[in-house]
Amino acid sequence: MSTTTAGGRAVEGGRTGRTVAIWGAGAVLLLAMPLFFGSPVAITIMNQMGISIVFALSYNMLLGQGGMLSFGHAAYFGLGGFFAVHIMNYVEFEEWFIPLPILPFFGGLFGLAFAIAIGAFSTRRAGTVFAMISLGVGELIAACSIIFVVFFGGEEGVSGDRTMGPPVLGYEFISEMEVYYLTAFIVFLTTAFMYLFSRTPAGRMANAVRDNPERAEFVGYSQRYVRFISFCASGFFAGVAGGLFAINYEILTEENLNLVTSGSVLLMAYIGGVGYFIGPIIGAILLTVLQTILSNHTEIWQLYVGILFVLTVMYAPRGLTGLLMMHGPALREGRLSFLLVPYLKALGPLAAFLLGAIALMEMGHAANVTIVGEVHAHFLGLEVDTTDPLAWIVAVALTVGGAFGLIRLAPALKEAWEHANDFSDGAGS
Amino acid sequence: MRTFRQAAIGAAVGLAVSASAGIASAADPIRIAFIDPLSGPFATTGESGLRTFEYAVDALVNEKGGVLGGRNFEIVPLDNKISPKESLIQLKRAISDGIQFIAQGNSSGVANALTDAIKKHNRRNPDQRVIFLNYSAVDPALTNDKCNFWHFRFDANADIKMDALTDVMAADQNMKKVYLIGQDYSFGKAVAAAAVKYLSAKRPDIEIVGNELHPIGKVKDFTPYATKIKASGADAIITGNWGADMVGLGKAVIESGMSSPIYTYYAAHDGITATFGAQGKDIIRLVMEGELNPPTPEFKALRDGFKAKYPNNDINQSRIFNVVGMLAKAIEKAGSTDPVKVAYALEGMEHDSIMGGKIKMRASDHQAIQDLLITVHTDEGIAIDADNSGFGLATESKVKMAGMDSPTTCKMKRP
Amino acid sequence: MLELVIFSLLNGLVTGLLLFMLSSGLTLIFSMMGVLNFAHASFYMLGAYFAYSISQYMGFWTGLIVAPILVGLCGAVVERYGLRIVHRWGHVAELIFTFGLAFLIEEIVQFFWGKATKDYHEPELLSFPLFTLFGQNFPAYKAFMILVSVAIFIGLFMILTRTRIGLIIQAAITHPNTVANLGHNVPLVFMGVFGVGSALAGLAGVIAGPALGTFPGMAFVLGSIVFVVIVVGGLGSLPGALVASLLIGWLQTFAIALDWSVNDLLAIFGVTFDADHLLRDLWTLSLPQVAPILPYLLLILILIFRPTGLMGTRET
Repeated sequence: MSTTTAGGRAVEGGRTGRTVAIWGAGAVLLLAMPLFFGSPVAITIMNQMGISIVFALSYNMLLGQGGMLSFGHAAYFGLGGFFAVHIMNYVEFEEWFIPLPILPFFGGLFGLAFAIAIGAFSTRRAGTVFAMISLGVGELIAACSIIFVVFFGGEEGVSGDRTMGPPVLGYEFISEMEVYYLTAFIVFLTTAFMYLFSRTPAGRMANAVRDNPERAEFVGYSQRYVRFISFCASGFFAGVAGGLFAINYEILTEENLNLVTSGSVLLMAYIGGVGYFIGPIIGAILLTVLQTILSNHTEIWQLYVGILFVLTVMYAPRGLTGLLMMHGPALREGRLSFLLVPYLKALGPLAAFLLGAIALMEMGHAANVTIVGEVHAHFLGLEVDTTDPLAWIVAVALTVGGAFGLIRLAPALKEAWEHANDFSDGAGS
Repeated sequence: MRTFRQAAIGAAVGLAVSASAGIASAADPIRIAFIDPLSGPFATTGESGLRTFEYAVDALVNEKGGVLGGRNFEIVPLDNKISPKESLIQLKRAISDGIQFIAQGNSSGVANALTDAIKKHNRRNPDQRVIFLNYSAVDPALTNDKCNFWHFRFDANADIKMDALTDVMAADQNMKKVYLIGQDYSFGKAVAAAAVKYLSAKRPDIEIVGNELHPIGKVKDFTPYATKIKASGADAIITGNWGADMVGLGKAVIESGMSSPIYTYYAAHDGITATFGAQGKDIIRLVMEGELNPPTPEFKALRDGFKAKYPNNDINQSRIFNVVGMLAKAIEKAGSTDPVKVAYALEGMEHDSIMGGKIKMRASDHQAIQDLLITVHTDEGIAIDADNSGFGLATESKVKMAGMDSPTTCKMKRP
Repeated sequence: MLELVIFSLLNGLVTGLLLFMLSSGLTLIFSMMGVLNFAHASFYMLGAYFAYSISQYMGFWTGLIVAPILVGLCGAVVERYGLRIVHRWGHVAELIFTFGLAFLIEEIVQFFWGKATKDYHEPELLSFPLFTLFGQNFPAYKAFMILVSVAIFIGLFMILTRTRIGLIIQAAITHPNTVANLGHNVPLVFMGVFGVGSALAGLAGVIAGPALGTFPGMAFVLGSIVFVVIVVGGLGSLPGALVASLLIGWLQTFAIALDWSVNDLLAIFGVTFDADHLLRDLWTLSLPQVAPILPYLLLILILIFRPTGLMGTRET
């Protein structure tokens, strides 16, 4: 199982330089994003992405790096967020001096405290028992949020005001742009910390325990202790993400704690790819885009997300990042060009298949939930009459034709793939 | 049209670099962002509100030549999935698109989040202010402790409704025991508190034999509650339940063999009337505004037009016509769409409702004062039925300008 | 009080037996394949929706027979073309797959049937009060639900203990490799068990749909409770599932029926608190309020102190 930590000591020196370059590029990208996407909505969406990135990365400390499947990770996220909002309100009314940028870390501390309490018993075992306990704890906390109104505010949640605190370097964090830079800064910082954690002995042992707990014990590590450490770190960073949420939205509600949120972070991490450090980042960005933008274009966006998720689990267990990384060896050997032509050939049928399938689903949806006098389905900027049999014939033809074309091209693709990854004839590694 | 318009908005706003609203010309429509659930478990309620809004702006404004010399109203639907977080994202989307009027109604939780966010936004961005037209969220706090200049409520709040409801109950001398049950959140609690307050003031001899909250939207089976209610020997039930919680509770109570009246806020339309059918006849009672049976001729005509367009929907939130009518009037009076001027024009406005009767937007807390009705679920004398079931709501009694002198703790800060 | 107790016993029995119909299939699937099927409650939902659509044209009774069969076929297809592929990636991937499937099935149901609650009724034949006690009705349909569940339990028990196929299944649970070596087609048995388990869930949906409502969220509300049942009862144990189902059923109904609160408890010891106390939510907690969290509390306690469950013999 290759992960972020794959790669031996021999290439460490060369890799350090590259790692620094990648992180530098990341920082520049974070700084420059508002220049390209400056509209208020875009800033809002990017802030949401930042929160999701930290949350998904913290989740991956469990699933990807520690092999612990959790169905209740939202509890740590939400509790951290609630705690942060309460502090925000205290700052407002009691005049404490807590500058806003460090507020998320208070959320993190609360997440950490809760993780220590829960992890004390839940990390005894991995696998199904851990998953079940996490589900139970998650549901318990979500149900408690309605009962303990003083802390959770009941159904309407707890709101705060981020601008009431002391100004930091002259900034009061009134505008979204200021919040963006604050979020970006914390995202960068926590991502770096989480990356460094995966490089520490504790992080490396988490991988070992995930892959083979018995052998890890032989080396002298208690598997339970190793899992506990990862679990606590994960709880901390989930709490930080919750604190960021509190700053961005200034409100925390029951939905930040419930199974839907826990499920969506699983989706993010898994679709992105749990085997890679960058996987959850990609997943978080993709799912945020789907959630905020796709949902304004189609009513059945969740159906698309569901299909994408199930297909990923079935055919790409390493996620989208895994699909990209598959091309790594061929790229390094300069043999990627062998794949270019077959990929381009497949592009046509693939586009036809996707267009046809989307058309069928959108038209089916429009025909199913009819408003009288409204016979049009709208998708991809098109307007199609759902009563017109020709439209259905075209859609079916596109789908079937595209699928047929893909099946026809499959052997050629496979051959090209093998050729591109066959290093026996070249200079090779 | 909805999806297409959303696509257009999305394309314009999306991730594009700039999305400034530009300068309004005479032909530009005046847009109202409709932020309510259009997907998920409460989508039916949201959709029916949206259709009523779209129909109301066409019938009351656009077909009459628009306002300010020809500017039409346009409804921009934005799905909030009934989540406060999504609502805030959609609010930002609407604001950055230059929309100045926000309409929302489903869930007081969302309304509390929105009014708070709008208050903050208007304070932080004085050049981009917006007005919040709350057409349905009835948590009293919205026009009391949490009131602000930008929020206007067009429905009677839970307190005022309970006042009217308990008037009727108090008149019934046979009533000795009352059971209160509701959803465990701000609105359910407000209903219970109001019921206790008014019942003990008006009829101290009535015993409240149960005062209970259940988790909202999570109860699979209401039979245990029905058993408990039945065992308490209650002569009447009061509940603020809505949606699936109303159906479940009502069904379980009726099936257990109770025939005492159930006083409700929202036990009609969107499939609920059809579900109760003959079982609920003369048992279910509603406190509501906007008389359906008998209807005014104007409303009957409007409703027939609506039915022709959407045969499977009802106009179940007739106050939406008041929202649209009063907003149009306020914009004409202000002479512009400037939110501050429009808000001042709305304050204290008196308006003739097409449902009959007057409606007054009280200036002190922005709570609309209007006639309230106690109606009964029946199939006799029904001109306008619900869910095409033949059953509907017939008026039993009417309270003129209900809650006219109701107190408020609102301390309005005006710009 | 007697009235309350009797009806709570009956209501709890109905809920418990319904839970058993779901958990029996789930626990069978788990003990054979080691997969905790997150989508199990989704098959329950599919059962209700299929039966609703069939009942529109052919009446309730046709739906009662046909819908579970259709759901069983769906289950078999999912096992053959979904789970078997994912099986290669391990148990965690299987769990994630069924989680995704649950999500997807809910979306598919909304795609075909829309979001509104469906008007799925019990048959006319059964919509009368069976008996009236203390002025309170007990609907005949509830008695029918009890009858069907009990029949299922007896039938399942007979098949597992008295028939050849039952013996193979029992053997495959404990020694899959030996069974395969004896020449039995284990993958086929797996597919069959998955299909039958799903069909049982579907049947539960068919009879629960009219009583509890047929809407897209119906799987979600029940899904995690079913997990609680099989973990509490002991993974892989059929009698354990029955005991746990009834336990949870009664736990929930009695928690609602009894208005006890922490305040009452403390008052016995003469302790009182003022209403503005910071921890006031704790003192005013009443049993009906905590009813929804009791199953999860039980789950966590069982997992900590008795990971094999009440009657189980294995941990995971």
